Formats: sequence, structure tokens, C-alpha cells
Amino acid sequence: MANEKKGIRLDHISKIYVDPKTKKDFYAVKDVSLDIEPGSFVTLLGPSGCGKTTTLRMIAGFESPDEGGIYLGGEKIDELTPDKRDSAMVFQSYALLPHYNIFDNVAYGLKIRKVPKDEIKKKVTDILKLVGLEGMEARMTNQLSGGQQQRVALARALVVEPGVLLFDEPLSNLDAKLRVTMRTEIRRIQQEAGITAVYVTHDQSEAMSISDQIIIMNGGVVAQIGTPTEIYYHPKSEFVADFIGDANFLRGRMLRHEGGCGIVDINGTEVRVEDSSVADGADTTIVLRPESTILDAEGFFPVDVVVSCFMGAYQLYHVMLGDTKLIIHEYNPKNKRIFQQGETAYLSFESENAHCI
Amino acid sequence: MNKNQSARLDRTKFFADPVLVVTVFLLIAMLLLFVLYPLVILLVDSFLEEGHLTGAIFERVLHLQRFKVAFWNTLLDGMIVGVLSTLIGLLFAYVDVYVRLRSRILEKLFNLVALLPVVSPPFVLSLSMICLFGRAGFITKYLLGIRNSNIYGLGGLAVVQTMTFFPVCYMMLRGLLRNIDPSLEEAARDMGASRWKVFTSVTFPLILPGLGNAFLVTFIECAADFANPMLIGGNYDTLATTIYLQITGAYDKQGAAAMAIVLLSITIVMFIIQKYYLESKTAATLTGKASRARMPITEKRVTAPLTVLCSLISVFVIVMYVMVLFGALFKVWGRNYSLSLEHFRRVLFMHGGLRAFKDSAILSAIASPITAVLSMIIAYLVVKKRFKGRGLIELLSILAMAVPGTVLGVGYIRGFSGGIFHSGILKGIYGTSLILIIAFVVRSLPTGTRSGISALRQIDKSIEESAIDLGAGSSRVFFTVTLPLIKDSFLSGLVTAFVRSITAISAVILLVTPRWKMVTIQINSLAEKGDYGEACGFATILIIIVYAVVALMNLFIKHFGTSKYMEE
Repeated sequence: MANEKKGIRLDHISKIYVDPKTKKDFYAVKDVSLDIEPGSFVTLLGPSGCGKTTTLRMIAGFESPDEGGIYLGGEKIDELTPDKRDSAMVFQSYALLPHYNIFDNVAYGLKIRKVPKDEIKKKVTDILKLVGLEGMEARMTNQLSGGQQQRVALARALVVEPGVLLFDEPLSNLDAKLRVTMRTEIRRIQQEAGITAVYVTHDQSEAMSISDQIIIMNGGVVAQIGTPTEIYYHPKSEFVADFIGDANFLRGRMLRHEGGCGIVDINGTEVRVEDSSVADGADTTIVLRPESTILDAEGFFPVDVVVSCFMGAYQLYHVMLGDTKLIIHEYNPKNKRIFQQGETAYLSFESENAHCI
Repeated sequence: MNKNQSARLDRTKFFADPVLVVTVFLLIAMLLLFVLYPLVILLVDSFLEEGHLTGAIFERVLHLQRFKVAFWNTLLDGMIVGVLSTLIGLLFAYVDVYVRLRSRILEKLFNLVALLPVVSPPFVLSLSMICLFGRAGFITKYLLGIRNSNIYGLGGLAVVQTMTFFPVCYMMLRGLLRNIDPSLEEAARDMGASRWKVFTSVTFPLILPGLGNAFLVTFIECAADFANPMLIGGNYDTLATTIYLQITGAYDKQGAAAMAIVLLSITIVMFIIQKYYLESKTAATLTGKASRARMPITEKRVTAPLTVLCSLISVFVIVMYVMVLFGALFKVWGRNYSLSLEHFRRVLFMHGGLRAFKDSAILSAIASPITAVLSMIIAYLVVKKRFKGRGLIELLSILAMAVPGTVLGVGYIRGFSGGIFHSGILKGIYGTSLILIIAFVVRSLPTGTRSGISALRQIDKSIEESAIDLGAGSSRVFFTVTLPLIKDSFLSGLVTAFVRSITAISAVILLVTPRWKMVTIQINSLAEKGDYGEACGFATILIIIVYAVVALMNLFIKHFGTSKYMEE
């Protein structure tokens, strides 16, 4: 495709809304700065109300920022109306035009751009092939399944060859299985088209599986930016750790750093953790993923098993370490010692799996 | 926190769309000029005498015996008709929603009753009431032999208005009842409540605000009604007729302006209570759709009396309408009941009927597309756009609903006969067909806008956003996306505007000049002279025309409407 990949820069943007109940102003988005590389796939991830959709709608032009500026391909676009911006959006509800058939839906943007008729025909046919809907041009939108409507919406956005493709929770109306197929499809098509994409979702597994970069938002501010692995293994805050996957938190104090490891004191027991920037003597929290926590007959701490449940792929434990509840996934449990509810077991972990924040 | 930047950006974006900007400015100018200004001039006129602020005009009017009587008459009539219409409307709605009707004929009958007032000119029932129960009435004189029956006055008026307005209540309440989740009532039944207890403790409280709503809507209609009090009111003058007589009889335009302000205040207060208090209350108690179909009531002891009562009322209403046709066919009403087409011949060839139908149809046909497009544009701007002045546009176009035709008529006379603020500017439009067309448009605009707004609210905002996002400007979005999606509402707005215009009388009667003949005014003057045969002839043809237009629209919507692809 001949489109020019464009990067996006958000320069300290904020958006103020009025709370409908209290009538008070509040920041829906606060001081968000981002630099999105041309051709990359970036996901805005966060719980509902975190400002991710508002941020996306500011990029599209449907909302105007109260502070800061938005740049697309180096050009400031704040004053442009959405129809003048080089972006195309895939909506949560697909927003297909119900009075047009598939061909006319996809051709809509091209007609506005006054593309010659035979070129429109060729482009529409090509793009429908790319999204796997060839031969369905004449169907009306209500004759399509949810997944097919999603593909039409994607084709319609892609065909105008925008500088950036915006996705507003595009898969949330699909069933779980189709969601998984479609996200792979979206990633494939984005790669083939080589287009910059900004994707909004609240589904962390969706974000992990398709993104080059994930931007986690919470309460209108950016909580962390990073690749999926960075965010999963090195969360900067308890919020991020908890939001991406399951996480156990152990509170303690950083004693010292030695031999490329940190030594943390937890209730009088010294454990080795991954090296970190936490200062010696400071309070710290260890983030432990359930699958990298080990339960055995011996270990660092004795724990009480309160739930033990066979899940097929793994044995699920809930254990109590003092007042702290921890979740443990013991994968491939067939040949391992299984603890039952009420038993005492010992918890341990590899130092490289224990991340301090 | 400072929202200056987004406000500035939104402004920049708004002004980047010249079509939108021009449309908004023209609309606001038009609404100010033809809705607000005529009302303002009435206020100015009734408080300003020779450049001085004075309460003298009001004082004079308030002491007029004629005014005092008319004032209380209007309120009393509104109360009676409001209560009766709401109750009968509730009865019909309840039977429609809760009782399984045994036959298709009954369903058809109910639909017909609901449709008739929409397609009929406002005074048709008065005509047939006089024909049936008047001094020479078919029932009173011919069947019962009563010689001195007097149908003129509050009694006749209230019956006629109730029959004219209850179908509106029926439609409103039917919608509400359908929205009640049946499981609420089933839960009450399950806990041991009888049908009657369920009705009084669950259904009735839920629709109470809706009943108030229906009452007020009817009250406003009654207060604004001009034709019926004119024909059947006799000595029972209401404000609407008194204002008219004050202008045409007493030549007291300032007094009429002051009276118009009083009438306007009544309707606007009612309207504000209805719109901003009751409507939100209704919405609060009845949210969303019923979860599943309701089990209809089948016990004979409940269904039989209700159905019979409704059927009787329906038959009575329909007989009244049919009477209009016979009124036109009987040779001499009251004396010679042989059938003849003589009245129709006289209507068409002696009373300038052909010309009246032509004039009325032409002016209505010009006004209705203007109304339909304007109301859809207003609805689009109000629902889908954010800009300063949006609230003003919505307020003014909906406010017009609360303005009685007579008030608007007087406003136009005072406002335009001497030009804007008596300065001579725009004086030219007074006494022309243009001002009639404008009056038609303003009178039908609120209904069209309301239906457009509710149609647009059904459409997912992101459908239009997706078109904008792909590069379409406001006007392109309106014509390629919005309008096709609300085609049905547009068409019905078009037809409603036509019907309302061709059957309109209250504002028109004050504004029309001898150059244009209007059907409704012909009917009114014939009826006043006692030529009921001809009046009925006119009315019959008018009903046929209107019914044909409505039927055509329904046919069109059925085959080319949006509902086909909007269903899902």
C-alpha cells in the first residue's frame, strides 16, 4: 500500500470533563505525553474511565484537548476537524452505514476523496480480499455476522490509506473465540499494510498479543509505557502489576544489593530478588506472578493452603502467608506433590522471578 | 481548571465548516424572527403606549367582562376536557395493551379511532355534532322529536374536544404502558394482589406522571383550540375566540395583544411543567423496554365490560365522522333526508371550492417540504452537533409548540403589518402568501422537530462519526447518512406538515387576505351561516384528500422505507 506511515506525538495533553452528578470539572486525561513510532502498533490499555477512549477521540478530532497539542507526522492537527485529519477509525459498534451494501460502505471514503470509479472498484476489491470478504460486495450489512462486520469496518478504514489507524475497542462486541481469531487477523493486516495503529482496549490479553508497545492508563494518567514483556515482568506499580495478569504482592524492606541481586527482608526472612533501583533500607513490594511462585515441602516461608483446585493445565492454590493471600499456579501438576486444603506447605521463588517495586 | 483551549479549538473546528455555520446562523435568524419576535412584539405592544411603559392596556383588558369570562371559560373547559380525554385515553390504552382483543375488527376499529383525528380538520366533529344533536339534529329532532335542543355551549364543546383529543392521550399512554416491565405486575400478582390491586398499586403509580403529561398536553390543545369553540361554543367564548373577536369585531389590536399574552402564559406554564417536570419523571419511572411479552388478561369479567365500553366509544366517534359525509349527501338537513350530490356541486362550483382546494393545497405543498427539511436539520444540529446556540435553536423550535395559533396570528399582525418593530422593514410580507406559508411552517415545525429528534437519538452516534472520520463534511454527512437513516421520520414529517397546514385555521384566519381562499376558512364561514350541507361537503373532500396523502405515505414507507435495513 502506498500510504505514508505517520508517527503520532501527544505533547502534554489533558482533557477536562464535567462530572454529570457533582457538576465539578475533573481531568479525564491528564498530562499525557506519547511518541508513537511510524508503523508501530500501540495499545492504550486500562480500566473503564481511565481516559483511553478520550485520548483516542482527541487524536481522531472528535474531542479537543484542553491542554497540550497533538502532532501527526510532525504536523500539528489540533485545529483540524475529524474529516480533515489523516486518520481512520474502527468503531466499537462498527458503525457501518446500514443503508449501504458492503461495497458502498468501503467505497464511501474513496468517493469523498473523488477517486476515479474504476480505481475505487479495484481498491475495494483488493481490500476486501485482504480482510477475507471477497465476493460479498453486494451484501447488506445486516446480513453479516459480527466478525464480518468488523472486517468491513476495518476494510473501510484501511482503504483510504490513512496515516494512522485508530481502533476503539473493536472486538468487545464479539464472542470470546472470535475475539482471539480477529486480533490475530488485525495484527496480520496491520503488518501487511505497514500502517501505524493506535488501539484502545480494556482486555489485557488482547493488548499483550498484538502490541509493539502498551500504554497503561489509570485515572487519566499514563501509568506505564513499554513492550508487553517489559510491562509483564517489570511493572512499575502495583496497579500495573495487578492489571496485567495476576500478581502476588509481598511487602518487605530492601536490605542491600549484592552480586547482581537484591536482598529483601520479609518478616525476618531474607530472600534474594531481581536487581532493582530500590534504595537500600527502603520499603519495597515484591511482585510475584502466580506461575513463577513455587509451592513445595520446603522453601522460604510456611503457608496455609486454603484453596486447592485442579484446573486441568495447572493446580490452582490460594495460600495464606500471615494475613497476605497469594495465588499460585502449579503448571503440569500431574507428577508433582499436590497439597490439599488445610495442609501447610512452603513457598519459594527464583530470584530472577521476583521483581521489586 | 481551564477549558479555554478546547473551547477555542471547538470554535475553530466549527467555523471550518462554512455550510454548517451558515445553516446555524440562518436558522437562528429565522427562529428569532418568526417565533420569538412575534411573541416579543405582543409583550411590547401590551406594555408600551406611545413610547411609554404602561400597565394601562393590561389593566383595561383585565377589567373587561368579556375577558374575565373567557379566561375562566378557557380554564374550565381545559380542565374538563383534559380529565375526560386522559381517562378515556387510559381506558383505550389499557385495553390495547392488557386485554387480548377477540377480533381483528376491534383492532382495526381502535387503529381507525387513533388515526381519525390526525387526518381530519379540527372542527369536523363540531359539524357532525351540530348535525346530529343540534336544533335540526338527526337524532334530537328526527329520531327523538326534541324541538329546542341546544348543543351550543360548554357541554357540546367539551364532548367534541374530548373526542378530538383523547386519541392523542391514547397513543401517549399506550407507549407508556408498553414500556412497563410485565414482571413488575407479575411479582405483585405473585405476592397475592388482585388485578384491581395490581392496577392501583403498581400500574397506576408508574404511569401517574404520564397521566399528568397527557392531561397537560390536552389542556394546552384545548386552550389553543380555535375552530371548535368558534363553531359549537355558542356564547361560551374562550380566550382563543375572544382574541379573534377583539381584532375582527372590536378592532382592538392592543387589547388582543394583551389577551394573547395571557393565553400564551397559560399554555407556556403548562408546557414547561409538562416538558421539564413530568417528562423527566415519566422517563425516570419507566426506563427501557419490557423484558418480555405480557400475558394478556383473559378473564371475561374484566375483558368484556372494558371491550364493550371502548367499542361503544369507538363506534360513536366513527359515526360522528361518517355523519360528515351524510351531512353533505342529505338534501336539506333536518327536513329532507333524501340523498343528492347537490351540496358537492355547490361546494365545487358556487362557493369557489375548486379554487379554495387549489390554494390550500398549493400553499401547504410549498410549506411542507420546507418544514420537513428544516425540522430534520434542526433535529440533526440539536442531537449530533455541539455549538453555542444549540440550546436556543432547540428551545425556540420546541417553544413554538406551546404557542396557540391565535397568539401567533396576532403576533404576526402586530409584528409585520407595520414592519419589524413598526419600522416598515419586512412590511412587504404582510398580507402575502409568504406569511401564510411561514405561519404553516412555524405551526408544524415543533412536531417535525420532535419526531426528528427522537428518530436521531435512536441512531448510534458513531455511525455519523465514522462518516466524518472518513472525510465527509457536515452537509455531506447529513445528506448521505443522517437523512437516509431517518427517511421514515422525514416522510412522516412531510406529510404531517402538509396535513396540519391544509387543515389549519387558527393562525390563518387572522392572516389570510381575500386574494387567497382557504378551505378551512370557507368551512368556518359556511358553518357560521348555517350552511351545514356545504360545510360538510368541503370537510368530506378535505378528509379524503388528507387520508389519501397519509395512505400514500404509508405505502411509500412500506416499500422504500428505512425500516427494512434498520430492523435487527
